Amino acid sequence: MTALRYGISDTLVLAKRSLLRIPRQPDLLVGFTIQPVLFVLLFVYVFGGAIKTPGFDYVDFLMPGIIVQSIVFGGFVTALGLSDDLKKGLIDRFRSLPMTRSALLTGRTLGDVVTNIFQLVVMFTVGLLIGFNFSSSVGEVVAGILLLLLIGYAFSWVFAFIGLSSSSPEASNAYGFTILFPVTFVSSAFVPVDTMPSWLQPIAEHNPFTTMVDAARALFLGIPAGNSVWLASVWTIAIIAVFAPLSAWRYRRVVTR
Amino acid sequence: MLAQPAVETTRLHKSYGSVEALRGVDLRVETGSVFGLLGPNGAGKTTAVRILTTLLLPDDGSAQVAGFDVVHDASKVRAQIGLAGQYAAVDENLTGFENLEMVGRLYHLGRGPSRARARELLSSFDLADAGGRLVRTYSGGMRRRLDLAAALVARPPVLFLDEPTTGLDIRSRIGLWDAIEALVSEGTTVLLTTQYLDEADRLADRIAVIDQGLVIAEGTPDELKDQVGGERLDIHLCDSQRGEEAVAALASIASDRPFLEDGSVRVPVAQRRGTIAEAVRALDDAGIAIDDISVSVPTLDDVFLNLTGRPAEPETEELKVEAR
Repeated sequence: MTALRYGISDTLVLAKRSLLRIPRQPDLLVGFTIQPVLFVLLFVYVFGGAIKTPGFDYVDFLMPGIIVQSIVFGGFVTALGLSDDLKKGLIDRFRSLPMTRSALLTGRTLGDVVTNIFQLVVMFTVGLLIGFNFSSSVGEVVAGILLLLLIGYAFSWVFAFIGLSSSSPEASNAYGFTILFPVTFVSSAFVPVDTMPSWLQPIAEHNPFTTMVDAARALFLGIPAGNSVWLASVWTIAIIAVFAPLSAWRYRRVVTR
Repeated sequence: MLAQPAVETTRLHKSYGSVEALRGVDLRVETGSVFGLLGPNGAGKTTAVRILTTLLLPDDGSAQVAGFDVVHDASKVRAQIGLAGQYAAVDENLTGFENLEMVGRLYHLGRGPSRARARELLSSFDLADAGGRLVRTYSGGMRRRLDLAAALVARPPVLFLDEPTTGLDIRSRIGLWDAIEALVSEGTTVLLTTQYLDEADRLADRIAVIDQGLVIAEGTPDELKDQVGGERLDIHLCDSQRGEEAVAALASIASDRPFLEDGSVRVPVAQRRGTIAEAVRALDDAGIAIDDISVSVPTLDDVFLNLTGRPAEPETEELKVEAR
């Protein structure tokens, strides 16, 4: 029991450390606030008029998609932080302490949950200001928010793996965006999939990111969910089940060089 | 009570692929002493420290720290040690105080005691005023002091310092040496690695010279110097043509045959007491005028050259120049 108590307290101490960093690095703060807001405004006012979304206002169509995208990328702080710790030898300090070893990873990913909540507040506020409306029940909205946080948590583990696998914070940033950016765009997040060329449609339809966006849309806009909500949950849990052990394995390998 | 050694290793081996970093290292560090692991870059010093601090598993051999096996009782070892290193592992985006508080919490000291200890360490390392500032605004010397303070948060009985002053200017080095000496006076066992011979000479009770993964010599600084030979008089003559005459005149007071080098007469002596006067008298009797006379005490540089047949790292030379 003591081990569990220490595990929790170590995780909290390191989550706090991870969070303290954000307001102190203006570029990170910009990445969390101004950048996604700018994205929302650009899509709604620049592309919005040209994109036809039958049955929806574009702002209602867009918000769930762009929120899923920004929450997926929220975990990049974990990648940056871990590769920074590796580079600067801080991991050695932590590993020489009598702390729970996995707390370095669980602390980071828990810290990301807090930043994800902050991101959701910013995004929904902006969305509501420019005309987004929830058209579902309170229960569905709450379920949607929980799903988004779970998605964010899952991608924190993906980013943890990326951070532990790259040689520098810059490289981890580059890997993360190069891999995930196309995945988020070839999906239903920004445009209806049936407007894409026919060869691309099956890819977009089977993209787990599409499933997640469809689930968020169903829960926030009150449209029929089909399989999307439970499929998105399965995908998210599967990502955690794969990437948490993978990150732990990578962490052990990287630090026992 | 016969104290157990603070650190003991037996035939420690570690390879990275085909590179053998440690090839059977035996060390014994007595409790309460300062042990210097001296060697050039790549000798295996850091590998040894990483194994002793549980960061790395040995391929073969065993090691105990504070009586615990570093492989099988790693978590017990971690509760007994502090580590400070050449990379100054502190978080740049936290303040000095937050860094120390965090380390205290991770040693499970509890919130209140962690904060109290952080304040105490900041003031004893001359960082009290800087404690509320982000570490990224600190100078190199301040970071090293904070790093050392972080290693001391839990008052560990065994402290590992991996090249604690590498890259520091001479003023910061001396400051750090003073801090380390103060710790030792409180009974902390210290194992430090260094490539600076003067650092080992100043701080260590015993030194192991390590080269290419093997301990090639071990002893007190004085014992190692004795291996190279004792003290020596260096006499510069007014007339350098008369060197051979001087060698003959000084042969009777020398412990070994005097020789000429760089225009000076080098006279190995068993002890310096009285020999300067004797040398002056002998040369005066022979009518040879002395321009300058000095006593040269062997340094660990000489030890290294003597043991390995090659000088220690070039950085050492640069640093000595800087120190003058």
